[in-house]
Amino acid sequence: MLWEKLPESKPPELIDSKGFRADGRRLDQLRPIKLEVGILDKADGSAYVEQGKNKIMCAVYGPREAHPKHIALPDRAVIRCRYHMAPFSVDERKSPAPSRREMELSKVIRESLEPVVLADLYPRTTIDLFVEVLQSDGGSRCAGIIGASLALADAGIPMTELVAACAVGKVQGKLALDLSDSEDKYGEADLPVAFVPNANLVTLLQMDGSLTTEEFEKGLGMALEACRTIHGLQREALKKKYHEMKEAVEEKEESEVVA
Amino acid sequence: MVLVAEVKQVVAPGELVAEGDHIVGDNVYRVGNQIFSASVGIVEADGNRVLVVPLKGGYIPMVGDMVAGRIVDVGLSGWSVDILAPYPAMLPASETPGPRGPRRRDLSESFDVGDMVLAQVLAFDRTRDPLLTTKGPGLGKVSTGRVVEISAAKIPRLIGRKGSMIGMLKRETGCQITVGRNGVALVWGKSPEGERVAVEAIYMVEREAHMRGLTDRVREMIVKAGVVGEVARV
Repeated sequence: MLWEKLPESKPPELIDSKGFRADGRRLDQLRPIKLEVGILDKADGSAYVEQGKNKIMCAVYGPREAHPKHIALPDRAVIRCRYHMAPFSVDERKSPAPSRREMELSKVIRESLEPVVLADLYPRTTIDLFVEVLQSDGGSRCAGIIGASLALADAGIPMTELVAACAVGKVQGKLALDLSDSEDKYGEADLPVAFVPNANLVTLLQMDGSLTTEEFEKGLGMALEACRTIHGLQREALKKKYHEMKEAVEEKEESEVVA
Repeated sequence: MVLVAEVKQVVAPGELVAEGDHIVGDNVYRVGNQIFSASVGIVEADGNRVLVVPLKGGYIPMVGDMVAGRIVDVGLSGWSVDILAPYPAMLPASETPGPRGPRRRDLSESFDVGDMVLAQVLAFDRTRDPLLTTKGPGLGKVSTGRVVEISAAKIPRLIGRKGSMIGMLKRETGCQITVGRNGVALVWGKSPEGERVAVEAIYMVEREAHMRGLTDRVREMIVKAGVVGEVARV
């Protein structure tokens, strides 16, 4: 009969006998990250993030005139954020209407970035932040924060520092860094963290599932360490554009001297 | 007093720029004994003052700035002007030269929607929208020339130290160039070719603002384009 052929809904094996994860990573290994800055011409600032199979586009507009006017604050800029998943970003079509989850993520992404933005320099304005998930693979709120802080910096908005983010989780009883989609779904816990290294400030800390106190402390430590690594990559990505141009010109000059 | 970063180095937000009791300039902030960058930009030191010149960013009005803007609305007692800032600017009729009072009923006779005006920021602070004036030499409606919009953050570079860049541009291209602080440059040339090269040079300054020896490279570009220098020497 037909239903006999259906696969059993047993959780897949997430960690093999040698301690490697389904995608071949060690437990404390990040997925490969690609960061690009300034990819959109029309936006004031933009960034593109690839982390594992995540593909996320971020854009910043502003500071600009606040519309509707009543949302403007007399002493600082209002930061608005929209996190949105494209209908084609997941296996089953996602309705393009903002879901409960997207509204929550919009809020936590905004709140994780607000402490670093020097919003009081631009009273009565708004800074609009768009995080568009093109392809989703777990940990997209963290990747969104990484991209959004890059886009803010690219827009030339003064901020004390870039914000880095990373998740840790518990998979088959073991702590694992930077959960993928399946690890998030079938794992026992997920702990996304956003971190501002110099200020030593945690600006996002959520958890679902359950961890013991020891696991939580160890996991948080792993996440903060990963955030420091990512923070370095962010800085590099931000300056890359300018360094590349410098090198191109210097090369051109050298070749002219030779000629 | 140590400058940790080199002068002219590109820094990211949160990067350590200097240590010690420097004076904190624009786009840097102090935590204890350390001074950090608040923007993507280039480190500069001016005596004991350290600052970061941003590479990107919009225009924030300052009193006394010369700006070029477009009229977006004509009202009963003045105009609203788009000066590419996050705040809408007002140009009251009383701040334009000419007769005043009920004799001037229709303000669109002076400036109409879509007109480009060169104005000066008369008043602006955190609580009030910018107020403009066109009283002053060279201010008022702009009906000829070419409009070049670049990022407002690049305007200081376009002007250069003591006007070195803009002076060179004017000399080499033979064009008259007026620079609005809001990122709008106006170019008037004796020939369309000269205007084209001047516009090209302005875009080049915008693109390569963070690099050394830019003035010389721009000059080279203009000279290579030829024709123009001749016009300048007529």
